[in-house]
Parts: sequence; C-alpha cells; structure tokens
Amino acid sequence: MIEPMDFLLWVRGTAFDVSLGIFVIGVVVRFFEIFSLGRAANFAEPRGTEFGPGMRTILTRNIPEAGTFKRQPLTVIAGYVFHIGLLISLFFFVPHIQLFAATFGFGWPGLPTPIVDAAAVLGIAGLLAVLWNRLTNPVMKLLSDKEDYLVWVLTFLPLLTGYLAYHRMVDPYPLILGLHILSIEFFLILFPFTKLMHTFTLFLARWYNGAMHGRRGVES
Amino acid sequence: MTDNSSTLGESLRRQGVTRRGFLKFCTATASMLALPAGMAPAVAAALEKARRPSVIWLSFQECTGCTESLTRSHAPTVENLLFDYISLDYHHTLQAASGAAAEAAREKAMHDNAGKYLLVVDGSIPLGHPGYSTIAGISNLQMLQETAAGAAAVIAVGTCAAFGGLPKAAPNPTGAVSVSDIITDKPIINVSGCPPIPSVITGVLAHYLTFDTLPELDQYGRPMAFFGTSIHDRCYRRPFYDKGLFAETFDDEGARKGWCLYKLGCKGPMAYNACATMKWNQGTSWPVESGHGCLGCSEPSFWDAGGFYKALSIPTGDISRTVGIAGAAGLAIGAAAVGLNRAAKSRAKQQHGTVTVDDLEKTS
Ligand code: HEM
Ligand code: SF4
Ligand code: SF4
Repeated sequence: MIEPMDFLLWVRGTAFDVSLGIFVIGVVVRFFEIFSLGRAANFAEPRGTEFGPGMRTILTRNIPEAGTFKRQPLTVIAGYVFHIGLLISLFFFVPHIQLFAATFGFGWPGLPTPIVDAAAVLGIAGLLAVLWNRLTNPVMKLLSDKEDYLVWVLTFLPLLTGYLAYHRMVDPYPLILGLHILSIEFFLILFPFTKLMHTFTLFLARWYNGAMHGRRGVES
Repeated sequence: MTDNSSTLGESLRRQGVTRRGFLKFCTATASMLALPAGMAPAVAAALEKARRPSVIWLSFQECTGCTESLTRSHAPTVENLLFDYISLDYHHTLQAASGAAAEAAREKAMHDNAGKYLLVVDGSIPLGHPGYSTIAGISNLQMLQETAAGAAAVIAVGTCAAFGGLPKAAPNPTGAVSVSDIITDKPIINVSGCPPIPSVITGVLAHYLTFDTLPELDQYGRPMAFFGTSIHDRCYRRPFYDKGLFAETFDDEGARKGWCLYKLGCKGPMAYNACATMKWNQGTSWPVESGHGCLGCSEPSFWDAGGFYKALSIPTGDISRTVGIAGAAGLAIGAAAVGLNRAAKSRAKQQHGTVTVDDLEKTS
C-alpha cells in the first residue's frame, strides 16, 4: 500500500528533482535545436530594421486581431481568462513564491489568497470553456489531435488539484498535496516535448515574424 | 504489587475525588472522545465499575520524552488519578525495582493477567542488531514479541513506537521499526506525537475502560477522536493563512500580530493532532500559539520531510543545485547535438558533387 505521507515525501523529493531535471535539460536542448537551425542567408536588400519591429510584435500580438475575435470570440476570451488565471495562481500564490525563492534566491510579494483563489476558479472555468469549444466546434474538433487533449489535461490537473488542496476537500491532506505536486511533475516532464513549449517559443516566433516584416519594411 | 479487586469508583473516592468532580471528568472525557453529550452518565457508570487493568509498559529506543510528557502534570487531576489507578506493573523508568526483580514483576503480570493486560510501548525497535538496545540482556524485539503475545491490546505511545520516529531518520542506523511493523495479530492503537499529548493517552485509556473496546482509528491506527482533524483546520491563525498574511521572521511585525507561520516552515497543514484544541501544559498554550510552527511530529516520516524552517511547498531536495546541474547538462547535450549536426551538414556539403545526366545513366 502506498501511504500518503511516503507518497508526499517521494513527490517532494526524488520525483521533483528528476522531473525538474528533465524539464531544464529538455528546454535548454530545445532552444539549441531551434537556434542551431539558423536562418538561410537572405540576399535581398533589407528595407528596414529587424530588432525594433521584432520586439514590438512580441507585445502587439498580445492584442487579439479584430477579425479573429469576431469569428471566434470564445476562443479569445476563454483563452485569455484561463491564461491569466493560470499565471496569477502560479506566480502570485505565496506557497508557490516560497518555492521560486528557494530555487532562485529571490522572491516577490504575493497576492491576497482570496484573489488567487478567484484566479484559480477563473483558470479552471476558462480551461473547461476552451475544451468545450474544442469539442463542439467542428473546425476545432477536426484540427485537434491527441497532443492537444494531452496538453489540456496537463494544464488542468495542477489547477484542479491545487484548488482541492487549498480548500482541503480531499482527506488526508498529504494525499491531495502529493497529487498536486505529482500533476506538476507530469507537466514539467512533458513540457519540453509538447506544445507547452510555446510558453517560451512564442517570444521567438513573434520576434521572428516582426523582424521579417520589419526587414521588408511592412507592418506586422 | 496490585490489588485488582477494587473498582475505579471506589479507588477515586478513597483518594478524595468527589462525585461532582468525577462526573465533570466523565463529561469532559465524553466530549474529548467526541461522544454525544448524553453519553456522559453511561461513561460514568462504566468507569465507576471498571476494574483496574494491568498495564505493562515497555520502553525501547526512546528518549523518555513520552514518559516525561505523561508524568509532568503539575496539579493532581482526575486524569492523573486515572493514570495512577491503572496497575502499572512494569515500567522500567518509573518502577523502583530493577534487574531480575523487575523482569520477575513483568513475568508475573503477564502470567496473572494473561490475555487481559494492556501493553504500552514507547520507542522504536532496532532490527539492525539485537545488541543495539537490550533490557536485562533481552533484545527489544524478543521482549516485544514475548510480551505482546498475551496482551489484550497494544498502545504504541509516541511517534517512535507508532511509526519508527527519530531513530528511523535516514539513514536509519539501527534499522528501527515501529510496533506495528512487528506485531500484526493484536489490536494496536497508535498514539503518535513527539511527545504525544498526555490527555490523549488518558483519553484512550478512559475509552478502553468505559467500552472495553478500542476507539475508532484512522488509517494510521490513531484514535479518530484526537487525530481526526489537522492542526491547520483547527489553528486560530488560519484566518491569516486564508488572507495571505504571513510572518516573515520570528520577531517581525507579522509575528507580533500573530500572523500565519507557513513561511517559517509550519507543517500544520499536513499534521493531524489535537494540539490546537487540547493544547499543552494543562491547556496553557501550544507550539503555534507560542510562535513556532508545527513540526508535524504526529506524522509518519515527519523526521525526513524537509527542513523544519522550510515552507511545506518547498521540495526536500536542493532544487537550485538540480536546476544548475540540469542546466549545465542541457548546455552540454545541446552543444554536442549542434556540433554533430554541423559536422553532418559540412560532411554532406563536402560530399556534394555535381551530377551529370551521364552519371545518372551510368548508375541505373
Ligand atoms: C503549473 C504549475 C502550478 C499550478 C498551475 C498550480 C496551481 C495551484 C492552485 C490553483 C492552487 C490553489 C490556490 C487557491 O485556490 O487559492 C495551488 C495551491 C498549492 N500549490 Fe500549486 N500550482 C503549481 C505548481 C506548484 C508547485 C511546483 C508546488 C510545490 C512543489 C505547488 C504547491 C502548492 C501548495 C503547497 C498549494 C497550497 C495548498 C494549500 O493551501 O493547502 N504548486 N496551486
Ligand atoms: S500557523 Fe501553521 S497551522 Fe496555523 S494556519 Fe498557519 S500554516 Fe496552518
Ligand atoms: S503542534 Fe505539531 S509539532 Fe507541535 S506537538 Fe503538535 S503536532 Fe507536534
């Protein structure tokens, strides 16, 4: 029988070290992969600069394009709601900040827990909405493959188990806290090898888009 | 040594406990055991008639903290008298006899009360080598097995007896194990805590005397009445946790205002014990009230569950080191992969020759 305290000790110990190790190695290697692909020499005369427009695009792409919003309002709204809920619960909840502080040597102030709690609920609701959209919208459904659902589950479980742990809805507590940390370990392990990598690569992609347009002297 | 014929009621009266004082104790016991208030008279009636149980107390790899906890009550209370009342036939710290005489007392009690005595154990049992801990030349393992054989039930007092405790902390040099790792054919009640709260022991004894049965136990064999809720769920600082107000150090403004001790390493969220409600030292205070986080001392493995002053959300390993090593490994693997790629690319470039139509015709 796996007993909850041993389970919690294992996920807080060996399992966390292993999954964090895989995460860091995976992300670094993926970056090497992307950068070492390089860019083919472009012999055309540049009509503008690359850097500025690249950086600007990283920011401007945060605002959804009007056409997309009209066609897919749910994707846009639920997408934002869940990302914001996720980021607030991950980066502004005091127990989480304790972990970052222990890792990097510095922390930052957290938000009052009721706000984090509300963000967690929004995050969960947002994720359910995007899933519903994916399942009911015929185009979305056709475009989705197994990885999309996997990535959804990997993101959903930490939020759900965190919420259950905080509200102490599962007894004994070491079991649900252990499941929360385990769900994060799955997330960490698969992160570099799935679409979750977009958390980092989106900045590269946006910059590249903006830079290419800048070089051609057009707006991105 | 003992006169097992008088009842608890008679004995208490002899010691000057009034009927009123006795009933008050019964009401408190009923509520402590989470029994409905109407049960108090039944508890009184049962305790009144209860016969002195013979108790054998064995101490193995322990620090005597548990015995200290149980005997350090300042004012004589009914709980005390109840504790005095049991026929403690063997307890090598408390008894006057020693050596052969002490062992003879143990054997006599085992013989006279075969199948009926209660066995109380504190301390863990070393399996690494029988010589690590012996009493009168008898190894702890042998003494436990021998004495448990005729016991009605075993009460494992303290986290060492219940779960292995500090002697079991990595790397567990003596091969320490708990009572339940060895005794599997007797009812066992684990009264964990390092040390356990004295009233929890008397509560368990009162329950046993009243009902002649064991109380309801949780998955770790602990009485639900005392270990059913967590420290965190009963902590008076909980509103501060819920608001996100934390003391950062032991003497900052937050600490003075009584804010939550989570950041200072409080393990209350994972600890199941009665400290927050029953408190210590006759209800004077308890660790969190005195400004120190809970260590989770009633939980299995609390001794290996990370630093006492590190928040519960922080993993137990050295995560900065893990990130550093993994980062370096990632750089090395990445650089090697890029190198291999480059080499393959340039080899391909070198081998790249021009092919004419004639060449193609030749090979086909
Ligand atoms: C993808 C990353 C993570 C997400 C999305 C996440 C999400 C959450 C959420 C939503 C809550 C509940 C907050 C509330 O309702 O107020 C929570 C609580 C918690 N999380 Fe996480 N979490 C993550 C990573 C981690 C990690 C890495 C750890 C530690 C190893 C951790 C430890 C905790 C703890 C200790 C709690 C508090 C539970 C309680 O109050 O009893 N979380 N998390
Ligand atoms: S002091 Fe400890 S037990 Fe009390 S609320 Fe804070 S974390 Fe929970
Ligand atoms: S507050 Fe926690 S560490 Fe302290 S005695 Fe109680 S359970 Fe043990």
